[in-house]
Amino acid sequence: MLIRTKGEIPSSEITPKSVYMNRRKFMAAAAATGLAAVAGESASRLLRPSSAQAAEEKLTTVKSQYSTPGLTLTPFEDITHYNNFYEFGVNKDDPAKNAGRLKTRPWTIQVEGLVKEKKTFDIDTLLKMKPLEDRIYRFRCVEAWSMVIPWVGYSLSEFINACEPLPSAKYVQFISLADSKDELLPWNAGISWPYSEGLRMDEAMHPLTLLTFGLYGQVLPNQDGAPVRVVVPWKYGFKSAKSIVKIKFVKNQPSTTWNDMSPNEYGFYSNVNPNRDHPRWSQKRERVIGAPIFRQLQPTLMFNGYGDQVASLYNGMNLIKEY
Amino acid sequence: MSKRGIVALKILAHAACLAPIAWLLWHLYLSVTSDPTALGPDPTHTVTFSTGRGTLRLLVITLAVTPVRRLIPKLAWLGRFRRVLGLYAFFYGSLHLLTYVWLYAGWSWAAMVDDISQRRFITAGLAAWLMMVPLALTSTTWSIRKLGGKNWNRLHWLTYTAAISGVVHYWWGVKTGVKTPLTITVVLGILLLARPILRWRQDRTALRVQRSEAA
Repeated sequence: MLIRTKGEIPSSEITPKSVYMNRRKFMAAAAATGLAAVAGESASRLLRPSSAQAAEEKLTTVKSQYSTPGLTLTPFEDITHYNNFYEFGVNKDDPAKNAGRLKTRPWTIQVEGLVKEKKTFDIDTLLKMKPLEDRIYRFRCVEAWSMVIPWVGYSLSEFINACEPLPSAKYVQFISLADSKDELLPWNAGISWPYSEGLRMDEAMHPLTLLTFGLYGQVLPNQDGAPVRVVVPWKYGFKSAKSIVKIKFVKNQPSTTWNDMSPNEYGFYSNVNPNRDHPRWSQKRERVIGAPIFRQLQPTLMFNGYGDQVASLYNGMNLIKEY
Repeated sequence: MSKRGIVALKILAHAACLAPIAWLLWHLYLSVTSDPTALGPDPTHTVTFSTGRGTLRLLVITLAVTPVRRLIPKLAWLGRFRRVLGLYAFFYGSLHLLTYVWLYAGWSWAAMVDDISQRRFITAGLAAWLMMVPLALTSTTWSIRKLGGKNWNRLHWLTYTAAISGVVHYWWGVKTGVKTPLTITVVLGILLLARPILRWRQDRTALRVQRSEAA
């Protein structure tokens, strides 16, 4: 007779309570609609997927002059259950479902390339380097949906100063975690891992560019790019690299994942620009996530509304050509 | 299959075909009354995707009827379901078009013209719907009689082109690298091949019978 003792089940196999409680809830909802369950069960995948283990650790924060006033925040539930993080699957509910396995400690960011000397920064050192600010930013995905997210972090420029880049460094490259133990890395994402992104030096040094550790006053949930990511609010969301493990200072424009995959659709700059349509869909309007259905559509703003602060970075550039 | 059996199955078919729209309407009602999250974080996308997927699935099911009848002659009575299935495909296709016109284009003529001319996935989608219009209009028995069986059949081959256009619309609409349209593409591919293959089998059998009779 086989009796399973406690030790035989690895803890990674035990479904966290929050996950199975939510799964039951929406299976029940689907079943309750009877025949509609056939249609509804798969449609309800579009609704409330089960949550990964949401980090609940609070962060001590201060107000910031760089926070955008007058915006309605997107609900936490939406920010943490509707996003793209292909390392965990290509569906919008996959990151929430699968990011539970991501280990955010120990975590370091390696700094290399054109710097005075190679350095390794531990995440807990980074968290204490500068005061953590509450920064409410608009977030605009290239897929034409948008959110308003209260991020927590400090300007990337503070971190860059600590990296001591050489004057010859013209660009910064961000490399995200690509580890098959912690992540799914699915083949059908069509991405050759690791995820790579980059900014021009002046974009990286701009005070709005945020080295991000949290949202809604607490540590970043795994599915949103824990434990540390970058947020560049005037660009399409894919430029805001998640779960960063390496930062490299380079002379030439670095290769970036979406640009490599499809250069005619995703440019290096990818500034939010309602006048430059994606080849397959319009960028003139966006759907606000969490808004009621008949009030979702709104016009897209140039530079996602941050033109006052960032337009000067692109003086003299043709932003239709250099998209 | 008995007459009563067919009636029962027809009721079931109607119920199954109406289930997705019932689900959508119920959740729409919830979203504007008690629970704003009832249609998910991106309700426009939920409604669009649900109706689009329903259209493609119903088109494919409609196209599967004849191959199944040919393979399993006992199920010949399935032929009576083609019309109801096809009309529901058109119904969901029209709903899908409506969500585009209302929720994406905001009834703006300029936005629609821009999209149709610039966005090839929208062109493909509109083409698919336009191809379904004559099929819906000629779905009545009166039409079959008026057109004559042969012509009617030829016209209704547009079902295949509408389905192909719909699947192309799906591929062109998703992000590069995403493979979700693969399943429906494979199924449609099999159905496209099914008819000629079954016809070839039929001809081969007929030829064999002919030969054995001549011998």
